[in-house]
Amino acid sequence: MDTNLLFIFILAIIIGFEVISKVPSMLHTPLMSGTNAIHGIILFGGILVLADAATPLVQGLGFVAVVFGSANVFGGFMVTDRMLQMFRKKKQP
Amino acid sequence: MNTLAALVIIAVAVLLIIGIKLLSSPKTARIGNLVAAAGMLVGLAALHKPDGAYVWSQGWNLNYTLIAAGLLVGLVLGALGAYSVKMTAMPQMVALFNGLGGSAAALVGGLEFLRSSGAAADPGLFVLLAMLFATLIGSLSFSGSIIAYLKLQGKFEKPHTFCGQNILNGLMLALILGLCGWLALDPSGTGAPVLLMVLALLALCFGVAMVLPIGGADMPVVISLLNSFTGLAVAADGFVIDNLAMIVAGTLVGSSGTLLTLLMCKAMNRPVANVLFGAFGSGGSAAAAGLAGLDGKTVKPVQVDEAALLLSYAQQVVIVPGYGMAVAQAQHQVQELSEELGRRGVGVRFAIHPVAGRMPGHMNVLLAEANVPYDQLSEMEAINPAMERVDVCLVIGANDVVNPAAREEKSSPIYGMPIIDADRAKTVIVMKRSMAAGFAGIENHLFYKDNTRMLFGDAKASLTALIAQIKQG
Repeated sequence: MDTNLLFIFILAIIIGFEVISKVPSMLHTPLMSGTNAIHGIILFGGILVLADAATPLVQGLGFVAVVFGSANVFGGFMVTDRMLQMFRKKKQP
Repeated sequence: MNTLAALVIIAVAVLLIIGIKLLSSPKTARIGNLVAAAGMLVGLAALHKPDGAYVWSQGWNLNYTLIAAGLLVGLVLGALGAYSVKMTAMPQMVALFNGLGGSAAALVGGLEFLRSSGAAADPGLFVLLAMLFATLIGSLSFSGSIIAYLKLQGKFEKPHTFCGQNILNGLMLALILGLCGWLALDPSGTGAPVLLMVLALLALCFGVAMVLPIGGADMPVVISLLNSFTGLAVAADGFVIDNLAMIVAGTLVGSSGTLLTLLMCKAMNRPVANVLFGAFGSGGSAAAAGLAGLDGKTVKPVQVDEAALLLSYAQQVVIVPGYGMAVAQAQHQVQELSEELGRRGVGVRFAIHPVAGRMPGHMNVLLAEANVPYDQLSEMEAINPAMERVDVCLVIGANDVVNPAAREEKSSPIYGMPIIDADRAKTVIVMKRSMAAGFAGIENHLFYKDNTRMLFGDAKASLTALIAQIKQG
């Protein structure tokens, strides 16, 4: 086990708590949606697994992982943007 | 991996952190989302294998064709979902995307486990546990999100509990932990692949069992929690395949998602344990006992002409819009009514509850689209002290956010949630399709108050009739 990675893990936990500590309630849903898109980074994992896939089973399931990860990333950011676009409208009386 | 690639990974992490930071302020939120998306694209373009080889320069083979096809299919599906979904169904969409991410995390963790279980090299206990964790939490997040999605779609919204549920859940949890321990100690045994599938299956069941007892109104909190779960599963996968960007991004989502879940509960003034386990134990039966007292009372229906009279002779009218208005697409009729009343010298204001609709900020957006002037919209805190001087409070498709049980009924599941004090107005007119309970699945005490009149019917049709009637009179 690499302790450097663990160190980064701990720092990321603290940063995650710190960056959103003062978010107003009207932004809860978009923030949830935005972070939801960010964990779509699992797409990277799917690609790495599929790139070295040696059996049809791994290829099939790896393909599913890539499709799902890709939908999570792209759809997630798009749906968040759509939400936030409407929030801006509200500012114009 | 060379130095440049390492620097790019750092840049990706920084972009994601700044993105989340910007997302948490209304002015910069949209840019923040784009910054995070840019970070993701940079990371994708600079993706390296654990052994340091650049992914996109490995020579094209079937696997890469599959990767390209998968990316494209995901992109199209994601875009279709994101742009075709109605504003009212946004939370469902987020739940669905979260489920997809969770199952991808489970697949990656599971496949890596199977690969290492067949390989000669021992990955070490820590990585083995990370694989199992990703499989377990990813599966749980997937099935839980699907249930949350269905609940938001209106399927079995009510909390579902049955006798012995706690025992069954405990048994499942014990089995899951036992399997994890077994697989971690003996990852290359002959039965390992089958046991892993059993583990994933149990985790799927556990996700269902976890979300099923929670009421539909609490789904945003559940989705936020499952969102952070998926983040942690992704981080675990990051440890497994040695990808720094995944560790950082997944952990960020895990910790910020946990805090967000707590903040959401705080906005509803309820502890998180009450949301997740509220349907269990004695709380439910006490609430049922408290509501039985309502049975003796009846609601007072009102016809359109009388409601029109009440409204046009009022001096101060407050309109409380809710999810029902959004569903009936009645925001334009609401605007027309308020304009007509304004022409007759009636002071009209809108009271917006912070969680009206199914998304914070939902009502503001809809009313802005219908050209309701921004200065007519009041927040809950601003309007409540003035409620006693209001002649008519018109509740359009709102339910739980005006339920005085939140103030009066200690045993109510929504007790302590801040509400709009509609019941304090001299007369309350509630527009509602039927006497069905609200999203939280509980009776609304407001409907039985002496000063409340119920105007049954579709919000849009009733409003149109009201406007016509007021114009005549």
